Amino acid sequence: MSRLTRNPWLIATVVLLVAITIAVFTIVKRVPDPEIATTLAQRTPDPARGQYLAILGDCAFCHTRPDGQALAGGRPLDSPLGIIYSSNITPDPDTGIGRYTFKDFARVMRLGVTPSGTRLYPAMPYTAYAKVSDEDLQDLFAYLQEKIAPVHEASRATDITWPLSIRWPLALWSGAFLDRSRFAVDGSQDAQWNRGGYLVQGLLHCGTCHTPRGLFYEEKDVSGKTNWYLSGSELDSESPVNLRGNEADGLGRWSAADIADLLKSGSNAHSAVMGTMADVVRNSTQYMTDQDLAAVAAFLKSLSPAPDAGRAHFNPSDSTLRSVMAGDEKSAGGLLYMDSCAACHRLSGGGETLAFPALAGNSSVLSEDPSSLIAVILQGARAPSTTGAPSGLTMPGFGWRYDDADIAQLATFVRSSWGNQVAPVSSSQVSTVRKRLDLTPPVH
Amino acid sequence: MAIVEKPVDVLIVGFGWTGAIMAIELARAGLNVLALERGEDASTVPNWAYPKVTDEIAQSARNGLLQNLSKSTVTIRYTKNDRALPYRQIGSFKPGTGVGGAGIHWSGVHSRVMPQELNLKSHVTARYGAHFIPAGMNLQDWGISYDELEPHFDHFERVCGTSGKAGNIRGQKLEGGNAFEAPRSQEFPLPPLTDPPTSVLFAKATRELGYHPSPLPAANASRPYTNPYGCQLGPCNFCGFCSDYGCINYSKASPQTTILPVLYRMPNFALRTNAHVLKVNTDKSGKVATSVTYVDAQGREIEQPASMVILAAFHLHNVRLMLSSGIGKPYDPGTGEGTVGRNFCYQLLNSINLFFDKSVYINQFMGSGGVGQAIDDFYGDNFDHAKLGFIGGGVIWGRQTGNGPVRGIPLPSGSPGWGSGWKAAVKENFLHTGRIESQMSNMAYRNCYLDLDPTYRDAYGTPLLRMTKNWQDNDLRMSEFFGERLSEIGKAMGATSIAGRILKRGDNWDLRPYQSTHINGGTAMGSDPKTSVVNKYLQSWDVSNLFVLGANVFAHGIGYNPTGLVGALAYWAAANIRSSYLKDPGPMVRR
Repeated sequence: MSRLTRNPWLIATVVLLVAITIAVFTIVKRVPDPEIATTLAQRTPDPARGQYLAILGDCAFCHTRPDGQALAGGRPLDSPLGIIYSSNITPDPDTGIGRYTFKDFARVMRLGVTPSGTRLYPAMPYTAYAKVSDEDLQDLFAYLQEKIAPVHEASRATDITWPLSIRWPLALWSGAFLDRSRFAVDGSQDAQWNRGGYLVQGLLHCGTCHTPRGLFYEEKDVSGKTNWYLSGSELDSESPVNLRGNEADGLGRWSAADIADLLKSGSNAHSAVMGTMADVVRNSTQYMTDQDLAAVAAFLKSLSPAPDAGRAHFNPSDSTLRSVMAGDEKSAGGLLYMDSCAACHRLSGGGETLAFPALAGNSSVLSEDPSSLIAVILQGARAPSTTGAPSGLTMPGFGWRYDDADIAQLATFVRSSWGNQVAPVSSSQVSTVRKRLDLTPPVH
Repeated sequence: MAIVEKPVDVLIVGFGWTGAIMAIELARAGLNVLALERGEDASTVPNWAYPKVTDEIAQSARNGLLQNLSKSTVTIRYTKNDRALPYRQIGSFKPGTGVGGAGIHWSGVHSRVMPQELNLKSHVTARYGAHFIPAGMNLQDWGISYDELEPHFDHFERVCGTSGKAGNIRGQKLEGGNAFEAPRSQEFPLPPLTDPPTSVLFAKATRELGYHPSPLPAANASRPYTNPYGCQLGPCNFCGFCSDYGCINYSKASPQTTILPVLYRMPNFALRTNAHVLKVNTDKSGKVATSVTYVDAQGREIEQPASMVILAAFHLHNVRLMLSSGIGKPYDPGTGEGTVGRNFCYQLLNSINLFFDKSVYINQFMGSGGVGQAIDDFYGDNFDHAKLGFIGGGVIWGRQTGNGPVRGIPLPSGSPGWGSGWKAAVKENFLHTGRIESQMSNMAYRNCYLDLDPTYRDAYGTPLLRMTKNWQDNDLRMSEFFGERLSEIGKAMGATSIAGRILKRGDNWDLRPYQSTHINGGTAMGSDPKTSVVNKYLQSWDVSNLFVLGANVFAHGIGYNPTGLVGALAYWAAANIRSSYLKDPGPMVRR
């Protein structure tokens, strides 16, 4: 007997390591069960309904490459680890999901695990789709299998480098952060609220962008249990706004009808969508039924304000306008505003109803993280062309004209005028966004 | 051998106002519509994004939005005994090009027509007798009435979000609007723009003189607006960059701001740019258009078959296409026979600058294309012509359209033309200067016409369109009368000195300074195929599946800006194609 075998600590350590390895191996290698109700087998799937669900989930946007065939994948998606390319979800047997069973499909949608056991990055919002009912998944699957023409186009490997490209740790991520529960009906609320909550948490996957994320890129709340839920986030070079009831950076001053209008047409009396949200309206929410829009609006209006600490304030005031009209506004940001912004957004910062968004009290202007505001000033913004608002009104970019220091001063003016009160913007924040958008600074 | 494309239901040549109107109306009827545009595509952003578009050198001096005259132009002469020479530099008139056409660089004055102008021959004969019409004037009725067009005037104003104040709603006269206007079915979609200083002075002075000022109708939105198609306009900010410029602000009505966003969403519509149409092809009978031949950006000749062809290009190109396609009988000034090229007309413009003392402040840095006050006391036959000895009339206005150094800063006569003296005079006068103008009708004459030039050809090898035209005695007498009115008003406004341009007897058509882009006639509409090219539905008398739009269908020049009438006629034609022609293709009026 060697001394080693007699050492009880060592034995314990080895046993523990073996146990952990087995546990990890078990977690990693287990192909989990998507938990479909057995009664579902009796139900006849409805692909036409599935088409509407696909629009709600906005599958086509991520799963279609620019100028590519619909749903054949290949769109590059930015992630903290590197670029991920979306997969082909047409029913092609070799390169798409033609060989999937419904159970395979439900497993990908709810758990992010492919039939071969490969774990998906949470760029695929399975943390939200876990909320979706068996019936809706069944109809969605029927639509994809029966109504979409197969396209033979192999999915492209990610640009993520080793060792970050090792997928098995994602199983541990799922174990730690994936909430597998379906949407929980709240008996104290009416059917409209519950429908809205089901859509927002599930197929619409609003939280994917609008809920802040933790250290491990996990959404801090996917079920609306805390007021982290939908309280605003940061993503690429944008800052998805707070959708809770805060008066300044949230939806506190909007009516439910304002919210429904924005989702239906891309603009409302206060504001207009831009950036990623313009794509969402273009591809998805403009096609929602009025009933579903009203449900989503009712649910969002019910969200209590997030804690105000560190957030913006908005106390409408005409002091900026008075100072401009009196010729007293001499700040660099104010002068830039008068030169390049006031033609549309007006000296009052009030914009023009349904044409030019108001900047006074605008939640994107008042987001703690100014990335969206900076991105719009740098590269402009194009509203989606919808049935309700076909014009696709477009703001030109000013990144070619103004350097980072100028834009920081302009953004700071906008964030501190007309009653807007939120932290100033630094030129390094502008540089960061400019770099991410791959825009060159002006040549003076 | 030309490439032959797949046939379409409707082929539209030219994609400005009339092309866009016809395209959306026929696409909405379910037809498969293709538009061919010789120029480039363009939209508010990036093409007219602030601040790059407000470049006076690129737009006003170098004509950024206009037809490239080195590729194709017209030749001009005063009489048929002269040799015509090519119009090599933009001067008197400004043909547009590209998607949106002249609807991009227009100012936005959005008038209708005076009902008597549409039957001027009958009206003049009834009031003054047939002998009142001078020899050599081809005066004729248009074959259409104001009442028939009213719903289409109204609709086009709603599409444009036109700002104004009605003076007559269904016969009821209203305070604040134009006392002379024909009945409207309803109020303007938007209230008038705020008057700039020149217009305020003009309104006060003309009222004191006993005239009847009212706001000019302007297709520059005074409020945010959503039109019947759902397109959104933002209110005008008076930046003063309208005429010669694309609007930065979605405020000036153009095909881009009012129609195209909706049209582009329709799957049964397609547009090909850089497609220069050479001719309309007909079958052996010569009575049915079968296709058009065009040259694409690569220089390839392409044949595009279609069931219907719509000529919707600018005036000059529409008339030339009729001539080079051999459709209709070309006008012969010797015999007076033939119709294509007949009734070629223009418009007269007198413009005077008013210089005030330092107590009158006029901010020349601001303005809007259509804003202003106007009087119609001397429009059409609103005043007794019996003792005046001319036919015609016009509108007198005090507008403020924005000015800048490159566009030319007016100075009192006697000021130095350059150097420090000029600078001092500019500084002295710029903020104390106003302008008033009269824009007057131009009648049709036997010796003013269009035909194909025997000498000059364009870059595609097609003969250039030749203009034979000069001012005629009748119109210059009228102009002199208006010159007196302008002086009278200018003095009443309090001007300390007046300088400007009044056309007088003996003056020739000067091609160098800008005058007006409102050229018209050449394919006149009418009820008599001997004197008109198209019937009241703008359908060719000779080829019934060919429709011709644009100011070229005017039987004579009107005093108002033509866009309102051109747009209304396009909507009228589209409505009748939908309600009648599509059900029973063929001549809509029996010869």
